Amino acid sequence: MANATIHKQRPKYLSLQAILFEIRLPLAGWVSILHRVSGVLLFFSGIWLLFLLDRSLSAEAGFRAIQHYLSFTLVKLSLLVLVWAYCHHFCAGIRFLLLDLHKGVDKVSARRSGIVVLVASLLLTAFFGAKLW
Amino acid sequence: MVNRVVVGAHYGLRDWLAQRITGLIMALYSVVLAVVLLTGQPISYAVWSDLFAQGWMRVATLLFAASLAWHAWVGVRDILMDYVKPTGLRLSLQVLVLLVIAGYVGWAIQILWR
Repeated sequence: MANATIHKQRPKYLSLQAILFEIRLPLAGWVSILHRVSGVLLFFSGIWLLFLLDRSLSAEAGFRAIQHYLSFTLVKLSLLVLVWAYCHHFCAGIRFLLLDLHKGVDKVSARRSGIVVLVASLLLTAFFGAKLW
Repeated sequence: MVNRVVVGAHYGLRDWLAQRITGLIMALYSVVLAVVLLTGQPISYAVWSDLFAQGWMRVATLLFAASLAWHAWVGVRDILMDYVKPTGLRLSLQVLVLLVIAGYVGWAIQILWR
């Protein structure tokens, strides 16, 4: 029985190191995982966004306070991250809806639409970021 | 032809479909809101509060909030089912998520109809 206990050196998949440096995620995989990340980000920021909406609609003074609050660079940057999350979630979501309808499922067009999603969400973020600044 | 007997509560398909429909509703709301804000006057308190004082805007925003609640619940639940294996912990987190979402919706209603 001794021979049966010989252990092979099996590779350990999905260590953090492997995820970050060894596994090359295809483009569609990036769109997908970023869809998740942006969704979670938006879920957790709900409380902050509701706070902004609440104060800004409470009264003239509250609106001004929020305007002042939004003039801080760190606040602007945080909001910009959420703007990106929203835009990415929006664009990737539309892509997934089209995939559900069997539109663009072949390799070439799926890759192309993935690029479109990544680029379009960054462009939209830049547009709204310019409005913010 | 194979007659598949579908058993169970069917909530898998229902939630899958609901997540897509609520996503569409929110996408539509986002586009409308963006167009209204970008084509209107520069945003002052008057412009901002007048917008949310209108009936259609309140109802649309409520619809958005309700869609968001369902959409986020399905999404976060899927993520928890994927990554959190211990049943007790997953159930606790899911209850927590439901409470957070309920709180969000309650707060949103309070903001819209104060």
